[in-house]
Amino acid sequence: MTPQTALHGVVLLPLLSAAILLLWRGVPRAMVTFLGVGSVTAAALLTAVLGAQWLNASAPLAVTQVLWNWVQLESFTPRIALTLDGLSLTMLGVITGVGALIHAYASGYMRDEPRYRQFFAYMNLFVAMMLVLVLADNLLLLYLGWEGVGLCSYLLIGFYNEDPANDAAARKAFITTRVGDTAFAIGLFLIYRELNTIDIAVILDAAPRVWAGDSRMPTIVALLLLGGAVGKSAQLPLQAWLPDAMAGPTPVSALIHAATMVTAGVYLIARLHGIYLLAPEALAVVGWIGALTLLLAGGAALAQNDIKRVLAYSTMSQIGYMFLALGCGAWGAAIFHLMTHAFFKALLFLASGSVILACHHEQDIFKMGGLRRKLPLAFASFVVGGAALAALPIVTAGFWSKEAILSAAWGGGHRLWWLMGTVCAFLTGLYTFRLIFIVFFGGEKAHAHDADIHRMRVPLGVLMALSLGGALITQPLHGVLPEFMVEAGSHGPELIAVAAGLAGIALAWFWYGQGAAVAPAETPLRRWARSGWGFDALYDALLVRPLYTLARINRTDIIDRMYGALVLGLLGAHRSVLKLQTGQLRWYAAGIALGAVVLLGASQWA
Amino acid sequence: MGLSPLLLPALVLIPFVGGLLAWYSERLSLTWPRWIGLLSMAATCAIALWIWGHAEVPAIVPDARAPHWILEYKLSWIPRWGVSFHFGIDGLGLLMVLLTGVLGVLSVACSWREIQQYVGFFHLNLLWNLAGVMGVFMALDLFLFFVLWEVMLVPMYFLIALWGHSSTAGAKRGHSRVYAATKFFIFTQSAGLLMLVAMLALVWLHQQATGQWSFNYHDLLYTPLTHAQEYALMLAFFVAFAVKLPVVPLHPWLPDAHSQAPTAGSVDLAGILLKTGAYGLLRFVLPLFPHASRDFAPIAIGLGVFGILYGAKLALVQTDIKRLVAYTSVSHMGFVLLGIYAGSTIALEGALILMLAHGLATGGLFILCGELYERLHTRELGQMGGLARRAPHYATAVMFFALASLGLPGLGNFVGEFLVLVGAFPLRPWMTMVAALGLILAAVYSLYIVQKVLHGPPADARPVEDLTARERLMIGAIIVSLLVLGLFPQPVLDLARGPLTQIGEWYAHGVPPP
Repeated sequence: MTPQTALHGVVLLPLLSAAILLLWRGVPRAMVTFLGVGSVTAAALLTAVLGAQWLNASAPLAVTQVLWNWVQLESFTPRIALTLDGLSLTMLGVITGVGALIHAYASGYMRDEPRYRQFFAYMNLFVAMMLVLVLADNLLLLYLGWEGVGLCSYLLIGFYNEDPANDAAARKAFITTRVGDTAFAIGLFLIYRELNTIDIAVILDAAPRVWAGDSRMPTIVALLLLGGAVGKSAQLPLQAWLPDAMAGPTPVSALIHAATMVTAGVYLIARLHGIYLLAPEALAVVGWIGALTLLLAGGAALAQNDIKRVLAYSTMSQIGYMFLALGCGAWGAAIFHLMTHAFFKALLFLASGSVILACHHEQDIFKMGGLRRKLPLAFASFVVGGAALAALPIVTAGFWSKEAILSAAWGGGHRLWWLMGTVCAFLTGLYTFRLIFIVFFGGEKAHAHDADIHRMRVPLGVLMALSLGGALITQPLHGVLPEFMVEAGSHGPELIAVAAGLAGIALAWFWYGQGAAVAPAETPLRRWARSGWGFDALYDALLVRPLYTLARINRTDIIDRMYGALVLGLLGAHRSVLKLQTGQLRWYAAGIALGAVVLLGASQWA
Repeated sequence: MGLSPLLLPALVLIPFVGGLLAWYSERLSLTWPRWIGLLSMAATCAIALWIWGHAEVPAIVPDARAPHWILEYKLSWIPRWGVSFHFGIDGLGLLMVLLTGVLGVLSVACSWREIQQYVGFFHLNLLWNLAGVMGVFMALDLFLFFVLWEVMLVPMYFLIALWGHSSTAGAKRGHSRVYAATKFFIFTQSAGLLMLVAMLALVWLHQQATGQWSFNYHDLLYTPLTHAQEYALMLAFFVAFAVKLPVVPLHPWLPDAHSQAPTAGSVDLAGILLKTGAYGLLRFVLPLFPHASRDFAPIAIGLGVFGILYGAKLALVQTDIKRLVAYTSVSHMGFVLLGIYAGSTIALEGALILMLAHGLATGGLFILCGELYERLHTRELGQMGGLARRAPHYATAVMFFALASLGLPGLGNFVGEFLVLVGAFPLRPWMTMVAALGLILAAVYSLYIVQKVLHGPPADARPVEDLTARERLMIGAIIVSLLVLGLFPQPVLDLARGPLTQIGEWYAHGVPPP
């Protein structure tokens, strides 16, 4: 069993399980748990085995397993082939590892769900598609995984689809990301036209030669691909779907909308870094998108009352950090933060799931409070995860990865980005501990009881350990992504960033340390921030409504009406000519005379 | 064992004779016509597969001078005018014949319960229509082609006019199935007339140049034409096929015909009859009039791209599910038109795959619409909802075809659309980018169907009968075909590569003299 021959097993395990669960309607519940959780766990173990082999054998050479030729037409020859290298191995570890923990948790969280089978079928399918995305050796197969995870995200956001609002959220997510995906697709067409290949390795090899001295074409390509990335990763300007996506069950939010799928955009840009290196302007756009998104989302997170929406905006903001890192060219730091973020954000989401379950599906934080005694494990998880999110120095994984990003921004000369990132570090500390204090401190408001079962506690424990010590995991990115060199400068900026985070926590303590008795008074600013700065209303007014108005005006199809008018015209002509046939001789005689005069006149004219 | 050329006329005669037998057998029992219809169409499928299995598909692109046929059959008919029963089949035609056979089987199967009146006569019309289509995909004599073109239309008129239902949307505007059938007939018939005139003109010009009367495709291919003549004839042929495809603005017959036709009629119309338009463009318009077609390409592509967006936009606001699906066909056929007039091998292959996949996916959707109508007695989207809980198998099927329709990778439609766009992009980047917007709109209308039919609170609490074994078999077969087409399209691409590359070559450089 080597990566060359068994790599497809990692994808096949969850895929087969998904197929069985989709087709076998009468499957017993225990079997669902066994297949659903077992397949992803087995994929994680297989990843561990293959990864260890690969690291021992051939680092840093990429290994490819070709399954079959998908399409072969002239030079358009995408294969169904999987490639393992340091970057995909890192992603594989995150997806299967964190994925298995979330699956185990979900088997407890969803235990009373009547559509338990369907839930695990979709979750397994998601994992399989995500693995295709990160293992694909060409862009078309990557696109298959890309759309596949989008589909599963749609199915799972709208899992409770009896409520039309949930279905609307699901469609919003799918269609918004499809806008980005279409830009991605056009980028793919352009890459094929320019480089005559869509094989990722060949693209990275050929791009510097073909585009030597020309930064216009790589810039266009890079920006089109960025369109796909911002859609999937919920960055400006396609970010508005993510908060609504919280309509899905909480394990879904943890797996898809925190740990894996939403980071696919970061993966895509890192994977195709060769193109971005040729297009400095596009890379700067990546960084600016990240910097702006992290601030806007951090600000919006402060005004949320829904526990999951706080975390959703926080995810958006943290992915903004990753984009900022990519913009600095600190590829490794972006992937590092991707990994640690997967640990602590999955932890936070799962812990919030426990809170929600304990509070009988209440999600408004102002209706909770004082939960730390009733839910000690969830409280501990929130403190650990929140500390990692707020980058508490030294002891948390989140500190090391955020530190890597901010020092790259400072060291790379992007002082403004550094400033924005540091301001957001302050915001992060503030909104994270605002959440924690309001939910777990102060007086008890809700009648809560701990509904966790053993299957749910173990993943929380493991993720807590990873949120603290996860930074010790070395990522085998050497040779895949270019190293980012920063000369060791003063520690001043580092200290400022740390201080900003701590100041945020302190301010949160000052405001909410005793919990919050009532929700703060509504102000226009707060309402504006809560709506995610009004992007929904903006897009609704600019895009959705005009489209539907235009479509509605033409509901009956103007072209069809034109033919209808033609028919009516013909009928009218028919009727008027019919009137001439009166049966009266004098009318006919007059007609003949008139005709003769006209004809004679006409002949004389000529 | 070699292949007998007699297989070609057999492909036409089996449904033709089957139709007559089905008509007569009605006196025995109502089941007989159904079985005869099913077996006839199954036999054509078997023959098509047999030919595929035994065909020697050249590995390399054939000599660009003369077309290469897997099988050819010729029997003199009216020697004085150079008319003969001349059939030929290549990879392109074979795939179309196979699609016709498969959808023919499905058309018979989906009528099993729906059609209870004049069962024999229904199957006569259905099978004659299919016989005509089979012939159209193989005819190499223009006169024969025209005859079969008409054979295809008249039975379809009866299918809509006699067994159709009046849509609620139509009833409001005073439309009926007879209105829809007449509209269909007038559109296609007037376009067919235009084609007949152009055909006769072409034959006459050929006679003027060579002194010989011939309706033979091989002869007419090399007719010397002035540019003006070529353009005028091309335009007439284009309009005839554009009505069928349909190209906006020649499409208004389609939503009416689709929504009023019985299920088998809709499957047949969307799945097969639309493809005769695309086939005609590929087989006749591009090879016979390559230079004029090239000059016309910007307009044709413009119409195709406009159709993609226009059809999708109309689909967004329909309330009758069959009308909605009909407009999505207009949108999808825009991609086919774009692929054909882009003309590169990749784009042409994409158009072909999209034709096959659209036939299957839309056929499947229409079958599901028909079943829904049998159960709920409505086609109004507002009166559905919540079927995901009430009929889970049914819901899975609708979801699958909706995903196919929005171009989910892994399914046939994606391969088709993507190849069209990849192939067209180098030649027409801006048009292709506008066309790609159709992918977004496709997601919007497909998920709209899913939401209206499957999700939300159930419209009423009565249980709904889920798919029966017969229905599951039909739907399952289509699902498997779409997956195979989406993941293993290579055999199909290989089969059609020779003829499509040749058509592309002729289109790009003109037909070289023999």
